[in-house]
Amino acid sequence: MMTWDFFTEWFLPGIWITIQVLVYSALLSALVAFVVGTLRTSRFWIVRFLAGTYFEIFRGMSALIFMFWMAFAVPLMLGWQFVPLWSGTLALGLTYGAYGSEIVRGALAAVPAAQREAGIALSFTRWQRLRRIELPQAWPEMIPPFNNLLIELLKGTSLVSVIAVADMTFAGNLLRLAKNESAPIYTLLLVLYFILAFILTRLMRMLERRAKAGVGRAPEKKNGLLSRKLSPSGESMQASTQGAGGLG
Amino acid sequence: MSTTPDSTTENPPVDGSELIRFDNVTKRFGDNVVLDDLCFDVSSGKHVTLIGPSGSGKTTILRLLMTLVEPDSGTIKVNGDHLFHEERNGKLEPAGENHIREVRKNIGMVFQQFNLFPNMKVMRNITEAPVHVLGMAKDEAETRARELLELVGLTEHIDKYPTQLSGGQQQRVAIARALAMRPQVLLLDEVTSALDPELVAGVLDLLRDIAQTTDITMLCVTHEMNFARDISDDVLMFDAGKIIESGPPEKIFSEPEQERTQQFLNAIL
Repeated sequence: MMTWDFFTEWFLPGIWITIQVLVYSALLSALVAFVVGTLRTSRFWIVRFLAGTYFEIFRGMSALIFMFWMAFAVPLMLGWQFVPLWSGTLALGLTYGAYGSEIVRGALAAVPAAQREAGIALSFTRWQRLRRIELPQAWPEMIPPFNNLLIELLKGTSLVSVIAVADMTFAGNLLRLAKNESAPIYTLLLVLYFILAFILTRLMRMLERRAKAGVGRAPEKKNGLLSRKLSPSGESMQASTQGAGGLG
Repeated sequence: MSTTPDSTTENPPVDGSELIRFDNVTKRFGDNVVLDDLCFDVSSGKHVTLIGPSGSGKTTILRLLMTLVEPDSGTIKVNGDHLFHEERNGKLEPAGENHIREVRKNIGMVFQQFNLFPNMKVMRNITEAPVHVLGMAKDEAETRARELLELVGLTEHIDKYPTQLSGGQQQRVAIARALAMRPQVLLLDEVTSALDPELVAGVLDLLRDIAQTTDITMLCVTHEMNFARDISDDVLMFDAGKIIESGPPEKIFSEPEQERTQQFLNAIL
């Protein structure tokens, strides 16, 4: 039977490694997604072409094989190797970032053309329009698909176990070899991934509510809290407005 | 309207001089000729209304001035500077983005659908461009925004998002936002067409007020003929991409020379 000792000795560090791989590869994915996704809306065809090429290549590549390639082929070619954790993180981040870029591109494309025109009419530069108008409006639309992708990424982190990164899947496999008890171990793993995924979903929901409030769309919950928070500053703003009006 | 013979404007125009000039401007969308070899000019401080059936090219003129579309041929000058061209070695060449932005800073636009930024509260909608485009200090921009909100009668909504405002209120914020850039020219593109009928009067009153109390030049596309009659110095009647008639509102609305103008006015009045 699985002992508590084994859980604290192998599973807990495994969970910690899984979380690390998840956080690092999610950050890398987000970076890749925003950069590549934005470049795919560029007005220069060559930029669009290069970013689109990246998207097509990494979308079409198996993250697992890419991980093997990073872990086992790169050392042979360069005579130098990544720490396994970084091979896994890079492979996951670059691959899932390609999927993410499609989310960013799609959300940017869904911002009404009228917003771009209003930005031009106020003489904002392209970069200012992107940063101050288009991306902030596209952001709430990105969060639900990003949540899906993040959960896919969480489950994808189990791939790093095959390049000997001691994540929680690796710990589970190790335990199975030692104790030859597949059923409880894999059930535990399923539950653990589910719990992590559930926590991520809750976090992303919170983020989505805040993001929607930030474009003036009332959040479905916590309305009372928000209005309580807003009204005093609203009143003080009115008072100071009247003051300025009196002076002007 | 005037057809000034001299086209050299070396000195910055003073009041009454030519501020906008279209020379042989043609614009096509596919096979459809929207503007056909158009020439006209607008003097500084004038309020000009463009009327005509839909598809006659009125809105395209505003969108050209706002550089939302480019002309196929011809030149447009604002304040003596070419809008889409730069002179290099005595030759006119397509202008770079920075040149276009500099010339465009003289022009503000109010849209039919308001187009406020939904991710910014009313205050930031108004201050964002003065601060980040003109480099105005934030305090100064906010003071100016409060003055403008007082002008448009919306001081109590300063801390709201656009979605929390009615259409009429949104349009008045949009007017304040355009004025915050202190443009020489204000383009009004059917600004009351998307409003509920009972909200139209408030917005038109505000624009009358602005027309009377400021020296801003206005180009106005509208179907509100009473409003056009009140504020316009000149009315341009468009049909099929050409100006078929122009003159003071009393003349155009009461005794138009062209049969087509009369038809159009009969149809909408």
